[in-house]
Parts: sequence; C-alpha cells; structure tokens
Amino acid sequence: MGKLLQKPKSFYNEFFRSPSPDKLSTHYCPGCGHGVIHKYVAEAMDDFGIADNTIWISPVGCSVFGYYYFDCGHQQVPHGRAPAVATGVKRSHPEAIVISYQGDGDLAAIGGNNIIQAANRGENITVIFVNNSIYGMTGGQMAPTTLVGQTTTTSPYGRNPANEGYPMRMAELIAQLEAPVYVERVALNNAQNRNKTRKAIRKALKIQIDKKGFSLVEILSQCPSGWKVSPVDSLKWMEENQMPYFPLGVFKDVVEQRNPLETKPRIWDKDTIIKMLDLDRQVKEYAKPNPTKDIYEQPKIKVAGFGGQGILMLGVLLSEAAMLNGKQVTWIPSYGPEMRGGTANCQVVIRNNKVGNPSVDKPTILIAMNQPSLDRFEKDVIPGGLIVINETLVTSGVTRDDVDVLAHPFSDIADKQLGTVKVQNSLILGALIKHTNMLDQQAIFDALPAHIKKIDLIPLNKKAIELGFSLG
Amino acid sequence: MPEETELTYPRVEVDFDLCKGCGLCIVTCPVKCLEISPELNKKSYHPARYKGTGCTGCGLCFYTCPEPGAITVFPKDYKPEE
Ligand SMILES: Cc1ncc(C[n+]2csc(CCOP(=O)(O)OP(=O)(O)O)c2C)c(N)n1
Ligand code: SF4
Ligand code: SF4
Ligand code: SF4
Ligand SMILES: [Mg+2]
Repeated sequence: MGKLLQKPKSFYNEFFRSPSPDKLSTHYCPGCGHGVIHKYVAEAMDDFGIADNTIWISPVGCSVFGYYYFDCGHQQVPHGRAPAVATGVKRSHPEAIVISYQGDGDLAAIGGNNIIQAANRGENITVIFVNNSIYGMTGGQMAPTTLVGQTTTTSPYGRNPANEGYPMRMAELIAQLEAPVYVERVALNNAQNRNKTRKAIRKALKIQIDKKGFSLVEILSQCPSGWKVSPVDSLKWMEENQMPYFPLGVFKDVVEQRNPLETKPRIWDKDTIIKMLDLDRQVKEYAKPNPTKDIYEQPKIKVAGFGGQGILMLGVLLSEAAMLNGKQVTWIPSYGPEMRGGTANCQVVIRNNKVGNPSVDKPTILIAMNQPSLDRFEKDVIPGGLIVINETLVTSGVTRDDVDVLAHPFSDIADKQLGTVKVQNSLILGALIKHTNMLDQQAIFDALPAHIKKIDLIPLNKKAIELGFSLG
Repeated sequence: MPEETELTYPRVEVDFDLCKGCGLCIVTCPVKCLEISPELNKKSYHPARYKGTGCTGCGLCFYTCPEPGAITVFPKDYKPEE
C-alpha cells in the first residue's frame, strides 16, 4: 500500500501544553514556513524512530513553543543560546538526538557567536536554521538576513548596506569552518525544493544518528505576516527576493570522509565520581581547635597582594584545612585580568555551620602581602581583628591601634631561609595558624597534597609551615 | 460540495476546522482538485476542500501544508479499516 500521508506520530495527538482552547492547531500564522518544517522534522523522527530519544531545543522566536508540538524531550532556551544548550545536552546525553531549531534573528544576530563556536567544535547536533529574513515574532524587525532594500519596522526606508551592512549568508559562513560535516541551504518555494528540504533534514539527522558530527540545514522559509504578503504570494516573494541572494545548494558535505565521533562513556556511578573528586580520603579525627581569641573561631579572612605571590593558594590551603577540621568554608578569588604583577585577593569565610554570606567586606583577619593591599583594606578590618603584614614589601606599618598586628619580613625569610620566595604563602599560613590557633596544625599539613600538584614541593611547603609556626 | 456516496481512492481530505485557508495546497496541487470553501470554519477561515474527484495521491499538498493535521492524503490502494 502507498503511504498514508497524515499527521506524523512524532507530533502530540493533542497540543495539550498550548494555552489556546484549540489543542489541534499550531500557533503559527496561516501559511507560515515553520509549520511546514515542523512537519518534515516530525516525519523524519517517525521514520527514524527517534522521537523518544530526541531532545528538541526551542529558541526564542516564533518557534519558541516547539515543546507544544513534538512528542519528545524539550528544552527552551534564551535567545541565541540554543547551540550552547544543545552542546551541554548532547554531551551529557551522547546517545540522544539533539535538534537545535533556530530562526535567523536567533541564530545570526544575538546567537551569532554561539552557532559559530558550536559548529567549530563540531558538536554532534543537528541545526535546523529557519531563515525568513526577518524577526517574525516581535513584529517584523530587520534581521542580519534581511535583504537589501527590504523594508521592516527597523529599516523603514529599506535595508541600506551603507547603514546596516549586507545580509549574512550563514550557511556559507559555517561551511568555511573545518569541523562541520554537512551544510546545505534549501527552500520551501516549490514542490521540488520542498522535497529537497525534506531530504536535507533527514540527511542531517542521519549524520547525527551515525555520530558523524555537526550539520546545519538552512531553510528559506516564508513569513507571510512579516513580509506583508499573502501566503500564496509569499512563495513568489521568496523566489524574487531571498533566492537571488541566498543561493541554494550543498556548501559542505564530508560525511563519507568522516569517521564516527568517539564519545566517551558517561560516568554516572557515585563511586567513580567520589574518586575523581578525591572525596574518598580518609577522614581523620582532628583536635577541636582552641583559638587564642573567640573571633578566630569563625573568622572572615582577606588575603591580598600582587598576583604571583601565592595569595589564592594561601586561601585555598586555609580553606581545605578548615574543611578537614570540620568547618564550612567558602573561598572566592578575585584578580585582575593579568595573571602576574596585578593585584589579587581572595576571601575566605570559615563557619561552624553554613556560610551565609561568602563575601568579606569586614575581615576578621587581613593578610597584606604588599603596601597597596594594606593601604586599601586596613580600614575594613573589624576592631580587635588581626592584620598580618609582609614587612618585606609593606613599609608603612599599621596606623590603627585597635587591631592586632603580626608582622615579619615573610618574603625575605622565605627567600633566605627556605631558598625560594615562592613558599612565602605557606610560611605566612604557618604563622597565622600558630598565632590564632584557629585550626589543628595537622590539618594544615594534610591539606597540602590536594592542592600542591608537584609532589616534590610538598616537603618544602611543610618546612615553610613549620618555620611559620615559630613566627606566630 | 455534493455528498459523495462512495469514497474513492486516492483521495485527499482537508479537516474543515484545522485548515487555516492559506491556499498553499490549492496552488500546489498539480491537477487543481482543491478549492477554497465558501463557508467559514470555526476559526473564521475559508478552508480548502477537495473538489471530489481528480486527486492522484501525489502528496504535494500534504508537504506544503503548515498545519500538522489539516491534510490527509489516502493512497490509491488505501483500505479503510472498519
Ligand atoms: C535576550 C532577548 N533579546 C531580545 C528578545 C526579543 N525577541 C524575541 S523574538 C526575537 C527575534 C526572533 O527572530 P527570529 O529568530 O528570526 O525568529 P522568527 O520569529 O522570525 O522565527 C527577538 C529579538 C528576547 N526575547 N530576548
Ligand atoms: S510571524 Fe512569520 S514566522 Fe512568525 S508565525 Fe507568523 S508567519 Fe510564521
Ligand atoms: S494529493 Fe496531489 S493530487 Fe491530490 S489533492 Fe494533493 S496535491 Fe492534489
Ligand atoms: S495548505 Fe493546509 S492550511 Fe493551507 S489551505 Fe491547504 S489545508 Fe488549509
Ligand atoms: Mg526570522
């Protein structure tokens, strides 16, 4: 028997999510190309039997409600971000078929870089790119794909290249990249081209099923409402306006040359994850700390200095040790755009229970590794708090008399007595722990292996911490 | 439209209320066996309808129609189930 052509099974029987009382029709305008394309994708999903395994990424645009219609998994995403979300979805569900369905405003304007990067990474996704040369949903504004001379609400005199640039040929642009496997532009203008569109969609999905990589099908699609023509005239409009500028054809097809992508198996089991994150360490019993002052039991600490002085690491080691010691901790780094030479600081909050606010505006303890840090943060330290000063670089001394001061030329000591200034942070850490007794000293040593990746540097850091104890 | 006493295949069926009267199927049909209905449907469109004869079952109308359920094309050897 010939094929009965009826509503594809991959559509819901009823569009029950739609708020409209009519649960059988789409929300699209009469004659809209989106509906046609939906039908082709649904038919292909039927034929490949993939609906139950498909995750449809709905964009912002007229097709925002894709999830009303297709009987598959869904994620609706912010404007232009479909390729990024599709990437995440595909990587976490490599066996799923992920369709990034996007309009031209979505894909070429706000999401321009998103699509280029996803294509360039060769994500194994299928992008259905619906080019109607306009922002349909918002009432007909100019898109990057709006044609020269085309009037829209935001190009009322017609698009003028001197003012708005030329329409972007996205399929050609994407096809220039190395990674994409298949890029074709098709159109809905006549029966022959609609048939090619159906085939292109199927081919793109098959590529994904075969794990061959990224494919994009750009479809010239009518928007009678935005173009302000009748549905029947819109096909002629497409031929006269879109098609001369957007040539149809295959811009890239390397399917045969490409091997299936290897996807690494997912690791879902708890044990492996615990191992990977190094959470299976033996939990030791540490002594309950006996701080020298009550405020050191749950301190807020700011460590500040030049980038490259080991400031972030000092905070990390302190945080790790505090966690080992049974505390709740947050650590927030903050540094300038430059890795070295700029300023850096980190904020550590140590609590017996949950941390409410991880930012440290009023530190209990300030560690000032250089002069600008002291100048900037001295006034913020709480009365009765502690300022640790690296006298090698801080020459002015503390002006306040309501705080404690622990001052040594830490950089010099590290350089002369330990052979390298690099361990000045561990030296300070040792001094701080000794001075405040806020944590079990053993916890500090035990914190080192998790963060000092070069194992042979651990003994030197231990030595620095021990020397620090004598300075506290 | 005259009532057909016996349905013949191939044939096309347009759902009266699901059609939005865009007319794309009508201009697409190679044998021009679809037309606009003079009546309004419940969405106040003039839907397309089958003239009653001539359909070849080519399916071109189905693939030009944007509405998922508006058009059904029955092939030549279609056996209606009881
Ligand atoms: C971040 C953000 N910016 C702007 C908008 C407004 N907006 C909604 S749809 C749209 C354009 C959609 O055009 P297109 O992607 O071509 O889809 P079409 O409606 O034409 O299918 C814009 C700009 C939005 N929703 N979110
Ligand atoms: S505005 Fe254009 S793209 Fe949006 S539903 Fe209407 S015809 Fe389709
Ligand atoms: S199936 Fe072909 S012949 Fe029949 S109505 Fe549709 S387009 Fe016309
Ligand atoms: S194409 Fe579909 S919606 Fe448009 S007139 Fe024909 S049946 Fe109706
Ligand atoms: Mg658009």
